[in-house]
Amino acid sequence: MSSIKNQNGRGILLSMVHAIQENKQYLGDVDGLIGDGDHGMNMNKGFTLYEQQLGENETTLSDGLFDLGTVLMNKIGGSMGPIYGTIFMEMSDASQDADEITLPLFAKMMEAALEGLYGIIDARPGDKTLVDTLYPAVQSLKASAESGRDFVQALEDMAAAAEKGKDSTKDMVAKYGRSSRLGERSRGVLDAGATSCCVILKAMADGMIQQLKN
Amino acid sequence: MQRILNNPDNIVDEMLEGFVKCHSDIVKLVKTNDDNPRGVVAAKEAPIAGKVGIVSGGGSGHKPAFVGYVGRNMCDAVAVGEIFSSPTATAFLDAFRAANGGKGVACLYGNYSGDNMNVKMAIKMAKREGIEVKTVVANDDVCSAPKDQREKRRGVAGEIFMWKCGAAKAAKGGNLDEVIEAAQKAIDSTRSVGIGLTPCTLPAVGHPNFEIKEGTMEVGIGHHGEPGVEVCPIENAENMAKRMVDLVVNDYPFTSGDEVAVLVSGLGATPVMELYVLYNEIEKLLVAQGIKVYRSYVGNYFTSLEMMGATLSVMKLDDELKELLDMEAYSMGFKQQL
Repeated sequence: MSSIKNQNGRGILLSMVHAIQENKQYLGDVDGLIGDGDHGMNMNKGFTLYEQQLGENETTLSDGLFDLGTVLMNKIGGSMGPIYGTIFMEMSDASQDADEITLPLFAKMMEAALEGLYGIIDARPGDKTLVDTLYPAVQSLKASAESGRDFVQALEDMAAAAEKGKDSTKDMVAKYGRSSRLGERSRGVLDAGATSCCVILKAMADGMIQQLKN
Repeated sequence: MQRILNNPDNIVDEMLEGFVKCHSDIVKLVKTNDDNPRGVVAAKEAPIAGKVGIVSGGGSGHKPAFVGYVGRNMCDAVAVGEIFSSPTATAFLDAFRAANGGKGVACLYGNYSGDNMNVKMAIKMAKREGIEVKTVVANDDVCSAPKDQREKRRGVAGEIFMWKCGAAKAAKGGNLDEVIEAAQKAIDSTRSVGIGLTPCTLPAVGHPNFEIKEGTMEVGIGHHGEPGVEVCPIENAENMAKRMVDLVVNDYPFTSGDEVAVLVSGLGATPVMELYVLYNEIEKLLVAQGIKVYRSYVGNYFTSLEMMGATLSVMKLDDELKELLDMEAYSMGFKQQL
């Protein structure tokens, strides 16, 4: 199959929820090295609240992303509430009217997420934030969409690009957020936001690939 | 972890319930919005018609900040976040609503990325409801960025002076611009520094997420354990005071003949008697430099959970700031009698 039905959003969203739940401790530990250690806890709280809200209901991918974004924005606060809230709500807006999620549309959704994020934060690639995961993932998807790649392959490439981007934050010096005050001392450690973004994108890709292979 | 807790995930809401029950003569919990089930803490009389509303907010774990500075001639409402984490935009919006007496709202808060984002979003939402909001972003912590990048510095205990002066200006009938100007002047005239002696533990995490080795101290530490400028063997109170006074006085710089307000706050677990030992040394050093202490405050004003250590905040005064600081005020964390 070359597209996913928007109405089959539940599995993809639950894949994201479960990935965050499984990585709660890991994200907290990564954050604890140069942040205050609550990233895993906060993300787990937000995603689990969404899971409870969804209950047994089906959802379109667009509506699910909107609801998840709203929960994060309204219930989590911190920096991650507005950041992930914006990302998911922008993805939702960009796909609201579609019945089928194709590769070009998914690339557009991800591009909208990045643009929305740029509207609320000043960080850009190289600043040791989640932008370092999201940006290469978006670039990879755009390239795949333009060259007409297979959707599954494009998602696998996106996940690999996100992973590589996340790993690249290890050698960076933080310029934004709480860890930026560490200067050189932030080098040698992964950025927690880049790490959670990678967990989410990989889970999203996994959930989508499962639909495409069905 | 030796703590007084039920479920650590509920600590903020349970703390709020207790706080509002205990201080029902000063504050109330306002819940108006399903998207912010926690509600906001507002002064008993808020909103006061015809007065500029004073709002703040921030993460929990800094008691008495922020809820302790809600009261008469202090903040009208504050938004309450999780421990060390910004309140949501909806929570800030609720605080604006609770404080709005029709003359606009001054949102006086500290320079942290989460707070900046959520306040920015809340201001957009408030605008749609016709509530005008202006901000002052506190940046008094001298060790958090170099002097030529003051806009990057964090807000710490000096925020109390900002709230006190901004709120007094509003209580005296100042319009929104005048209130903002007074609060900005207060924080621009203030410099703070912290020394940490032990780390702190988020109850739901269960272990400290940074380290201060036994026998050492961290100079310039932030309110969430953000690293300072130097880790060195622990010193006596006289030398700690000297380091703190040097950092603060040289940064502003305060000079002979200046009149100042001094605030020494514990970081949570340092006995108050030790804070007076520190204050005694600080006062001697200031006086020796010809700096006159007009008002002084010692206690747990702005803490970091159970961290040991202290912060020093010094505000240079002029006639206007003196008058604003002197005004009567009544909140849990700050009481000023005429």
